[in-house]
Amino acid sequence: MASERSSAATDADGDYPTEPDDEYGAFLTREVIESSADGPLSGVSVALKDNISTEGVRTTCGSAMLADYVPPYDATVVERLQNSGATIVGKTNMDEFGMGGTTETSHFGPTENPRAPGRVAGGSSGGSAAAVAADLADAALGSDTGGSIRNPAAFCGVVGLKPTYGLVSRYGLVAYANSLEQIGPIAPTAEGVGTVLDAIAGPDDRDATTRAAGDHGTTEQDDTATGPDGSYAAAATGDVEGTTIGVLTDLLEGSDEQVVEAFEDSIDVLEARGATAEDVSLESIEHALAAYYVIAMGEASSNLARFDGVRYGLGGAAVEGSENSGGNDGEAGDWNEAYARVREAGFGEEVKRRILLGTYALSAGYHDKYYAKAQDARAWVKRDFDAAFEDVDVLASPTMPVVPPEIGERIDDPLQLYLMDANTVPVNLANLPAISVPAVGTPGSDYDGDDASTTGGGDEAPPVGVQFIGGAFDEETVIRVGSALE
Amino acid sequence: MSEERTDEESVTEEGVTAADVRHVAGLARVDVAADESERFAEQFVAILEHFETLDEVPETDAEPDLTNVLRADEVRDGLSQEEALRNAPETEDGYFKGPRVS
Repeated sequence: MASERSSAATDADGDYPTEPDDEYGAFLTREVIESSADGPLSGVSVALKDNISTEGVRTTCGSAMLADYVPPYDATVVERLQNSGATIVGKTNMDEFGMGGTTETSHFGPTENPRAPGRVAGGSSGGSAAAVAADLADAALGSDTGGSIRNPAAFCGVVGLKPTYGLVSRYGLVAYANSLEQIGPIAPTAEGVGTVLDAIAGPDDRDATTRAAGDHGTTEQDDTATGPDGSYAAAATGDVEGTTIGVLTDLLEGSDEQVVEAFEDSIDVLEARGATAEDVSLESIEHALAAYYVIAMGEASSNLARFDGVRYGLGGAAVEGSENSGGNDGEAGDWNEAYARVREAGFGEEVKRRILLGTYALSAGYHDKYYAKAQDARAWVKRDFDAAFEDVDVLASPTMPVVPPEIGERIDDPLQLYLMDANTVPVNLANLPAISVPAVGTPGSDYDGDDASTTGGGDEAPPVGVQFIGGAFDEETVIRVGSALE
Repeated sequence: MSEERTDEESVTEEGVTAADVRHVAGLARVDVAADESERFAEQFVAILEHFETLDEVPETDAEPDLTNVLRADEVRDGLSQEEALRNAPETEDGYFKGPRVS
């Protein structure tokens, strides 16, 4: 009965004798998908965010629209995990289509934070981070469009990495905002994150935006990357002797006092270990949030047009008032009206809000004012980051400006929720890699004797994450620096 | 409600009305309930005001790092008809079935 939550708990077939309770609501579907070969991940259990397609296993995206959707094919990352020996243990809860930072917009209800009971797990990959924090999986995959891996990793006291755009295949990831998002790993340690990244990274001919880590010789900062021969797991050496860390002062200003303290303690530790810290200010960064939301909503409005209730999604018959709103429903001569009813019934409020705002920002008369300016801001942010990396090895900030809010505390004010993403979105605009690791002295951090296995405990400090941002395809450096806090 | 008016109106000066929300909802093919369009209108004013900060952004050229990714034009396996239809709420004779039009 008592199954230990270590990799040793799987039997020869990779089955768990007994499933431990999912008391935090991390999973939407618990179904074991066996590995297809032995490899570096043999015996490792991995949970998948429920927007990553799994052949024959339902993939809901946290939405009523896809409550019964069963993909006919596997995402590339699923095949790669299986070929590396991993056992997939289920599909995790998420904000609907990835739109949210608390996992409260899930049609199936929120996920609770295992390390801060009563509080949100973060999002949108909240179920993935909670599954790892609660020890229900050794690792998990999330997706990060504007912070959706790093945010829940920070809130749940685990490590999460958003890879450089193009390092990991998006084939089989249900799209929200293609130009911004990447699939990436969540695990208890930087080394664990590196181990999973080793398995999933690399070019895929079914995603034309993927590139080999070594095949990117046109930008300046690339010569620091060790390239495809290096192992990401092996980069977790904890050695920061001689490393230069740029502290993004603009992102500290908007952060809560508790967060700033934990962040500064962490920088002190890195300095004590031989790193040098200097302040960095980026002029463009205050425009990143607005630019991110305009671009993400614009892409969402077109990506989600496919959910029309014909090829998949709720059927017209499932929608109240469509077939049975009286005999004069003959104005159903317009397909658009039938679509509009299906989409009203299938999408939650946050998804509708983003589709409408995206449609608005792209509509005639507003395109230049919003979308074109957002693209200017994106190029400006990217340029600012490139310039900063000429002087520093990594940039650092608190991952989230706040500690995890209580469930229900913030969900009614969309703009306030969007503002929580201020520290994470610049990375997506600039296509860069970034890791979030627990700050020293906070739950999930081993540093200073804190017990990583602690879950809950009311008088404990709330989880705080430190974010390290690297140059393009320089995942090794952010993993190395992140591992120095463990 | 008239499309022309909505397109030309300045958001900052006039604010966003529930009618504007319904107009955009029509473009996006999403029905919204009356109370939802009222609530959205209020929220959109605050969110669009935040987006106004983009006015200060200077024109900046992106320097995209582009590579040719064309592949050889070879036939590969795709989904079977049965697989493609499997998630459709309604099918008939191997086709997707759309809403009734008359």
